[in-house]
Amino acid sequence: MRGGLSCPREAAIFAFCSDPATLEGWRWFACYLSTPKHANLYLAVGTVLLLLAITAPAALAFGFGGAMAARSRIWPVAWIGKGYIAIVRGVPDIAFFLFFVIALDQLLEVIRHRIRCPDWEAAIWQGNDFVVCAAAKLPPGNAPQWVHDVYGFCLAVLTFAIVFGAFAANVLHGAMRAVPRAQIETAEAYGMTRHQIFRRILVPQMWVYALPGLGNLWMVLTKATPLLFLLGVEDIVYWARELGGTANPRFTDYPHGDWRMWYFLALLVFYLGLTRVSELALERVMRRLSRGQATTGGRAAA
Amino acid sequence: MSCWQTVQDYALRSLGHGERLLPREGYTLCEQITLIGSGMIWNIYFGAVALFCGFFLAVAVALGKGARSALIRKPSEWFIFVFRGSPLFIQFFFAYFLFLSLKSVHPFFDPFTSAWLGALIVLFLNTAAYSGEIFHGALRSIPKGDVEAADAYGFSGWPRFRRIVWPTMLRLAWPAYTNEAIFLFHATTLVFFSGFPARGQRGDALYYAKFFADKTFNPFVPYPILAAWFILLTLVVIGLFGLVNRRLNRHLPQEARRGLRLRLRLIR
Repeated sequence: MRGGLSCPREAAIFAFCSDPATLEGWRWFACYLSTPKHANLYLAVGTVLLLLAITAPAALAFGFGGAMAARSRIWPVAWIGKGYIAIVRGVPDIAFFLFFVIALDQLLEVIRHRIRCPDWEAAIWQGNDFVVCAAAKLPPGNAPQWVHDVYGFCLAVLTFAIVFGAFAANVLHGAMRAVPRAQIETAEAYGMTRHQIFRRILVPQMWVYALPGLGNLWMVLTKATPLLFLLGVEDIVYWARELGGTANPRFTDYPHGDWRMWYFLALLVFYLGLTRVSELALERVMRRLSRGQATTGGRAAA
Repeated sequence: MSCWQTVQDYALRSLGHGERLLPREGYTLCEQITLIGSGMIWNIYFGAVALFCGFFLAVAVALGKGARSALIRKPSEWFIFVFRGSPLFIQFFFAYFLFLSLKSVHPFFDPFTSAWLGALIVLFLNTAAYSGEIFHGALRSIPKGDVEAADAYGFSGWPRFRRIVWPTMLRLAWPAYTNEAIFLFHATTLVFFSGFPARGQRGDALYYAKFFADKTFNPFVPYPILAAWFILLTLVVIGLFGLVNRRLNRHLPQEARRGLRLRLRLIR
């Protein structure tokens, strides 16, 4: 047994992991990779997938709203919609990520500040400080750690949804215009109202035009998930750096050198796998969606 | 302190010239605009050099992907898949730690761990993969008639490539390539947020923007300044690429010339 500074022995999953110092080869790795610390990394992978699962529909909803606003006949609404689509262009996305997280946080706190502390005298922005009353702090100062984590994660999801919503809006706006004019005219000839046309003709038909763009967006979204790290969420990048760093024999049963390179190689492979799976899935969806559509792909399948 | 004084002090701060200490308090608008603009030097350096070097590798990769021999085609396909299929952010981290390990093997790799070379290599390979895919697509969409006409005139091998295939490929690929250039410049903002350290607080535009946002707790000033700088840069890139586009299309009738239609693509 290793002496010196005693640290709590890490719990083991496999029976043969009871004395790590004697392990060799694959057993060492099996034990090393199943330490509770590594569970954090696996959990972070789950966080990434969860983020994707929540953000994709949320961004689609934002995008749908944006595209509908851009099509509106009321010009201020159309102006807002088009502005929303245009603004992400020309500016690096990561600037948006860094900006929105602070901006949203401050916005929420200012709103709560106005409601909770109506008779607060001092200004909120005092020179270089941002001060709101204690009751308006988000999350509350005495909240447990997991509330902070969840709050950070929700801010990240909202930020992703806003940024990617703009891109989805662009794609959907284009797709709505790509639906053949004849289809709309036929609907008009049948006496449908504008809303009926939108709901019954335009929306069902636009997906096949939107899918290549949305598929592309999905790829971009999966590749954007490591940026969670910049938003302060303890994600896979964070844990790869933590776990990969040189492990001192004094503090762990599994000492090793600087392995961060290998950890990031693993992440690279993980993302490549994600890309490949997405590619295959999108191909299938595309084939399914183009069935019975008035496109060359649809005719070929029919 | 006048604004001109600030410009003199900080305009080249990102390269290590001028005033060494960053402003401590006050943070005037002038200081923010100057310093963030100073950081833009790095963004332009990374973008321009990676784009220029990447162009040649991209053409090679595009031709390789179209090659008949699997020995050439497979590596090109894998190269494109690896660099397009994984996040640039992770590529930066991996490259940084790879160079760090190599450094301990041989001091030759010392400069590779600093951003000016290490990050540049990653950006170079990354843009080569993305542009390679664009050029490959353009190669495949060269009208069959053009090549047949060249055959009929007795062109073959190198002259056919040089006179017919190459100009047509560039012409077809140029709008998408312009887009790639814009997003490469945007991607340069990731450099100092990945493994590569900003030594002596010499960072790029986003580095300084974040510096000010962290110090003032007010994201509403530095980030719009950064946005304005980048929109300016984007306009310059569109302008320059538009000139090349005009030249590439100069033989076509006026109506057939396609303006640059740019599509969106975000993070790589």
